[in-house]
Amino acid sequence: MRPEELVTALDANPRPVRVGRWNLAASVTAGSAAAGLVTLAAVPYFAGGPAEQPLIVAFTFIAMASLWNLLAGFSGLTSFGQHAYIGVGAYGLYLVAEHGVNPFAGIVPAAVIACVVALPVSALLLRLTGGYFAVASLVVAAVFQIAVTLAPSVGGTTGVSLPGLAGYGSVLREAMIYWAAMIVAVACVAGVFLMVRAGFGLDARAVGSDPVAAASLGVRVGRIRLLAYLAGALGMGAVGALIALQTLFIEPTSVFSIQYSVDMLFMVLIGGMGTIEGPIIGALILFALQQQLSQYGAWYLVLVGGIAVLATLTVPRGLWGVVSDRWGWSLFPVGYQVRDRPHDQ
Amino acid sequence: MTAALLEISGLDVFYGDFQALFGVGLRVQRGQALALVGANGAGKTTLLRTIAGAISPARGTVRYDGDDITAAAPHRRIRRGIAIVPEGRRLFPSLTVEENILVGAAAAASGAWPLDRIYEVFPLIARRRRHRASQLSGGEQQAVAIARALAAAPSLLLLDEISLGLAPRVVSELYQTLAGLRESGATLVIVEQDLQRALGACDDVVCLLEGRVALAAAASVGRDAVVAAYFGNRGDKIP
Amino acid sequence: MTWVNAVIQGMLQGGIYALIACGLSLAFGVMRVVNLAHGDLAVCGAYLALVVSTGLGVPVWYTLPLVLPAAFAAGMALQVLLLRRALRGGDFATVLVTFGLSVMIENLLQVGATANDRVLNTGAIGIASVRLGSQITLPWLFVAAFLTACGVLGGLQLLLSLTSWGRKVRAIADDVDTARLVGVRVGPVFATVAGFAVATAALAGIFIGAIGNFNPLTGTSTLIFAFEAVVIGGLGSLWGTLAGGIALGVTQVVVGEINQAYAVLAVHLLFLLVLAVRPAGLFAGGQPARAAQVLG
Repeated sequence: MRPEELVTALDANPRPVRVGRWNLAASVTAGSAAAGLVTLAAVPYFAGGPAEQPLIVAFTFIAMASLWNLLAGFSGLTSFGQHAYIGVGAYGLYLVAEHGVNPFAGIVPAAVIACVVALPVSALLLRLTGGYFAVASLVVAAVFQIAVTLAPSVGGTTGVSLPGLAGYGSVLREAMIYWAAMIVAVACVAGVFLMVRAGFGLDARAVGSDPVAAASLGVRVGRIRLLAYLAGALGMGAVGALIALQTLFIEPTSVFSIQYSVDMLFMVLIGGMGTIEGPIIGALILFALQQQLSQYGAWYLVLVGGIAVLATLTVPRGLWGVVSDRWGWSLFPVGYQVRDRPHDQ
Repeated sequence: MTAALLEISGLDVFYGDFQALFGVGLRVQRGQALALVGANGAGKTTLLRTIAGAISPARGTVRYDGDDITAAAPHRRIRRGIAIVPEGRRLFPSLTVEENILVGAAAAASGAWPLDRIYEVFPLIARRRRHRASQLSGGEQQAVAIARALAAAPSLLLLDEISLGLAPRVVSELYQTLAGLRESGATLVIVEQDLQRALGACDDVVCLLEGRVALAAAASVGRDAVVAAYFGNRGDKIP
Repeated sequence: MTWVNAVIQGMLQGGIYALIACGLSLAFGVMRVVNLAHGDLAVCGAYLALVVSTGLGVPVWYTLPLVLPAAFAAGMALQVLLLRRALRGGDFATVLVTFGLSVMIENLLQVGATANDRVLNTGAIGIASVRLGSQITLPWLFVAAFLTACGVLGGLQLLLSLTSWGRKVRAIADDVDTARLVGVRVGPVFATVAGFAVATAALAGIFIGAIGNFNPLTGTSTLIFAFEAVVIGGLGSLWGTLAGGIALGVTQVVVGEINQAYAVLAVHLLFLLVLAVRPAGLFAGGQPARAAQVLG
């Protein structure tokens, strides 16, 4: 359409365009999610231990995937060192519990500790982009791990056990960990959803796809990346605290394990980067794969790596990306939809 | 009538969803010089880059010396004898003058111009042959860019806005060199903002307007006719 | 060990870091690819050398004529089959693909070779040392590694400066679109650069395996050291990478003299310090534009 033709078209039909942010699918999702959460919350009452364990794993996956997606999918920060903050969160919980705070309540301060630690790190790390940012994030994780092994007050290489849980019977403890995991997962998904829906989301995606263009439009690139990085660290800290609660023993090589980052990458890649729904789907897929195949040890990981490679090359927007491109579904709508359209040419 | 060296017809070129060229066609006879003019954004650089092979058209054909080269990659076109002096010169900054020229020569199958011949055409840059390209003045860089294209011994030379940012005297010298090349039988397509120069140096002129050919005539048609086509025959409307 | 001895040994060790780093630097400078599997490919070189030298019953040096060309071919294959596709997806895609590749390689090695530490049969050189004066004793292995690194870097530099191929590589590193436009065939150049990157990585991997032990997971720390050497030395210059490697090696050995547990941490902290204070690298020289591509 030539410019003067479009002007003519709009002049002839001066109807304002209505823009909406919600849709039917989203309402259905919200409703069923609410119902689902109520059911899940009741699980410890009617199902008990054997049902709780796998669900805790699933919740942890969902939390990690959503957070990694905030960084990589929405803000262009491919960090493979997020597991650093899982470790910090775990040790943070230990420190807090050592000072008498109830370990369950301690999840919040542990997360905050991770966020605070992330602040100076971000000053260094966020100078880099792309592959260099990725490797530098690995260095940071390595530094944290080494630093911890050199500090006898947190047990050095042997690790420490989490105090403060003596008063809880094992059934109650399990149930409380379960609810904590559920709350963390919901908080992460909801938090990312709300952040992305708000102005942050549009800015972040602009930054993710073309920082120079975004900056030229006035988007404060540095601030967006910082917000994303800190929010990611906060969430990972909470996840780390959860993991500490589950394993009861905090040890450097396991809480700083790069395997967490491998899992995060896989979930978001398979599920779909840059969407809210994608990571949840990816988390459930990894959960299923892990339940079935982790007994095969290294072969299982070869498979995970291989699927990640294939997914990047063939379905870069993940499975949810395929679905939403094809059918336009959006269960967690973050964009703007035109309700009325100007008179078609 | 001899077949044209370069013949383009029905060219549609898109950048994503945006259409830059609409059914563009033109012809250049061997040994002739064609001026390609038009406002910024009219599609001149797009057309030149399509001829050079950097862009693939959605529709249309590009024929060179009788063969359909529409799908050929740039290095194939260079072997056949088409070379481009890109907009903005685009020298390799960390390479020396001589190295820049040698890279251009490497693409020619055989019969690349020897360095001596290049330095004969551009005596002033011979003195600077060991200097890094980034250390040269604008005029010298433009000369090197042309030299780099010449090194591949092209029959068809495409030049994109060589006068941009250069002093008139320097531009005159460059155009004198181009005239010399024409005398040796080269065929030229020159994109040029300076209408006076373009019409003075070339036999034919094509004017593009918003991606379409607005005028295709001999240069003798005169400046006024070109200006009218440049802005579109829409009276007082400014695009 | 005296301080002078420690510093010199650190320098020599730095040669190995430079060797592993130069492939990374080359690949990034020319193709804009950060290959996160680079360290793992070096370890693969060590494993391949292990298999061949054990099979033939010879010191690992005799396996080089086999391992290096194989590594070069593997690098070309990697570029043509995998990285070329990934490059079309942008920066993101190459980072993700190479990370996934790294996971696959590490775990395939675990399956094939178990997680146990291995050492390479270094023959007579492995135990010999050279004495300079009364204070300085240097293991021949380290000297050989350093000399090899200098030789390889020097050879690469010559190729880049004097040959037509080298000119094309540098032209592509400057401006790949214009290079294509003036007729450079970018695909074959990318393939050969990838070949060099993996071959130098394999060579470095063999030295790493000769000097210490290695296991399937050694690749990640190798990648990190290589990366740190590149950043500390500065992008865009092979000799800068050597300087970066030396800085790394000296720091590691000297701090290790004081307290072994802090050696690796000291290296990481040096890296973070350079990143904070001089992100373009200590020896960036005339390529600030190159650094700008990496810095956000």
